[in-house]
Amino acid sequence: MAVKSNLTNMVLVLGVTCLFCSAILGGAYVLTKEPIEAAAVEKTNKAIAQVLPHFTDAQYNEQEGYYTATDGEKLVGYAIESTSVGFGGNLSLMVGVTPDGVVYNTSVLSHSETPGLGAKCTTDEKFMSQWKGFDPAVKKLIVKKDGGDVDAITASTITSRAYAQAVENALATFKKIGGTGNE
Amino acid sequence: MSNRLKLIGDGLVKNNPTFVLLLGMCPTLATTTSAINGLSMGLATLFVLVLSNMAISLIAPVVPDKVHIPVYIVVIATFVTLLQFIMQAYTPAMYETLGLFIPLIVVNCIVLGRAEAFASKNGVLESACDGLGVGLGFTCSLTVLGLVREILGSGSVFGFNFIGGHDGMLAFVMAPGAFLCLGYLMVLFNKLFKK
Repeated sequence: MAVKSNLTNMVLVLGVTCLFCSAILGGAYVLTKEPIEAAAVEKTNKAIAQVLPHFTDAQYNEQEGYYTATDGEKLVGYAIESTSVGFGGNLSLMVGVTPDGVVYNTSVLSHSETPGLGAKCTTDEKFMSQWKGFDPAVKKLIVKKDGGDVDAITASTITSRAYAQAVENALATFKKIGGTGNE
Repeated sequence: MSNRLKLIGDGLVKNNPTFVLLLGMCPTLATTTSAINGLSMGLATLFVLVLSNMAISLIAPVVPDKVHIPVYIVVIATFVTLLQFIMQAYTPAMYETLGLFIPLIVVNCIVLGRAEAFASKNGVLESACDGLGVGLGFTCSLTVLGLVREILGSGSVFGFNFIGGHDGMLAFVMAPGAFLCLGYLMVLFNKLFKK
């Protein structure tokens, strides 16, 4: 059944196959471009909505990696992306900071912590809820073990430290972009 | 007709890619941390397998011998990229979970293996049935493996936790558990079905 190979038919078959396949993929790319973009926008909006109060529009600042969320004319707050090194690799957070410098909420964008230990930073109620309304002017952004006010996840001090570090990075960005805060 | 049914059955049992042929171990071990992940990975592979088998059985008669592997790979890669676009657009969460393992279907030896061993020598419908059978075999194996690992490792079934907030045996969610479960399931499978 196999056709005997010669230069002409090899070039022809491979060339035509590639041409045909690229045409299909080009078409598919155009067709799926919009839904893919819509899905990406929805995902970031969801991440922002998790960490900030109600907003209608979010502008992305690429250089510093944060979104300015506004509700009409009113500034709702900043959703700041920040990364630190956890136990298993990078730990990326979205940190919502209201204009008065208080953390509204945080959510994990991506992590590679150990399942059942550090990975609890996405499920542990007690650990997660402490970030709601965390005021860096009142509380110390260091885990309790190191003399601060952050409750660590049991048996996952390194992850908890990384989490606190990421929040601190986000607050540093907040100061950099002109937020005043209470301090 | 019965011949085609037999082809599907063969893929599920006699030629089961995971437990008998031991092909495609990389996605098998890596993506089966939960039943739903295993199921989605299996279905993704099934999609590529059926379409690439059909396309390859159509073009095989005109493909010169010396370039048949590059041609097959191009065809397979096209379907994988197509799948990637579709998943990215309509199931972004699943796309993120499976991540790297979707593009890696291109080099999954099950797909190229079926193209070489079956689709290039048989008709379109037979090849589709073969792809369906092997794909279903892969899907079932991955789902079962994912299910066992999820029950032991996280104490839940398809995401529904039944041990009330406690952790399962974490080792089963991680790499060692994958090997252990696969080994025991293989023993069980061969005890039950191999004559």
